[in-house]
Amino acid sequence: MRPSAVRLLNILVPVKRAVDFAVKIRVNPEQTGIDLNVKHSMNPFDEIAVEEAVRLRERLKDAVKSIKVVTIGPPKAVETLRTALAMGADSAIHVEIPEGAPSPEPLAVAKTLREVVARQKEGVDLVIMGKQAIDDDAGQTGQMLAGLMDWAQATFASKVDVDASAKVANVTREIDGGLEQLRCQLPVVITTDLRLNEPRYASLPNIMKAKKKPVEKFTSTDLGVDLAPRLQTLKITEPPKRIGGGKVANVDELLAKLKEAGITSKRA
Amino acid sequence: ARSSQRLRALALYKELHRLGREFEPSYDFHGKLRRLFEKNRHLTDEGEIEKAIQFGEYIKHETLALYSLRKYRHLRRMYP
Repeated sequence: MRPSAVRLLNILVPVKRAVDFAVKIRVNPEQTGIDLNVKHSMNPFDEIAVEEAVRLRERLKDAVKSIKVVTIGPPKAVETLRTALAMGADSAIHVEIPEGAPSPEPLAVAKTLREVVARQKEGVDLVIMGKQAIDDDAGQTGQMLAGLMDWAQATFASKVDVDASAKVANVTREIDGGLEQLRCQLPVVITTDLRLNEPRYASLPNIMKAKKKPVEKFTSTDLGVDLAPRLQTLKITEPPKRIGGGKVANVDELLAKLKEAGITSKRA
Repeated sequence: ARSSQRLRALALYKELHRLGREFEPSYDFHGKLRRLFEKNRHLTDEGEIEKAIQFGEYIKHETLALYSLRKYRHLRRMYP
């Protein structure tokens, strides 16, 4: 009996170079943004996405043809790509923006990714990305990308199972009420949630090997996308400082304090 | 066998050094790392060297566990 032709999957993982999670965010003096002269690293949810792509390859073996990572960012974003390559991706695409340019908005990112996908000669079957970036917390790019390309989408995934021959992905989503199971036809956009997996550590030998993996460079003009921001940030302020609570000695004092605060029982 | 152990020990030192970059600065990770390696520089017995390398690997795994736990806890607090 002849084996059926295994459909080879091409996976694209967009990643973002975001402010590192351990950094204390400071608002800049003009109150228009945050201090960006701090440590940056790959968005943790994108690390989970890269890990999931690598694990899919470990599970499906030859059915995964290539894992490409893509990022849109300044020249320094290449380090983020190297980390992803060290974790197991095959090649990378860097859409370069000038050094001081503002970070692109989710819609611009989605349009750029759509162009990148359109330019992949072998097509893309699966786009796995983080659900949101920890510096702007937009959580829109995955959904916008799926809408622009008219693909299926499974967001906040906590479990992903891909059947390459049937071209179907079974995804368990985390929603407010619990878990939701979706069966999506490929191609599909999946966004990862925290509990999907635990990203691996990129060891030094892997980082050295990653230096030899290919990185393609594009600019936004190459792709024909306008990355200019459409929204203008009026003001950014820190949240109000937390004032401590006080202790009361007995119930009467508690009632007196509640009355002071204006919380009394009213007869309707 | 000695030279392969030497290569492994050097690779271990480089890896631990890179890991120590994100550690709490007051702990002096790099200083302690260097002192521990220098304390064992005179070892000649293969078994002892092997044990020292295993201890280094153990420290590497512990540090990695601490980092991933810190990150996971932060993410779980910020995105429950």
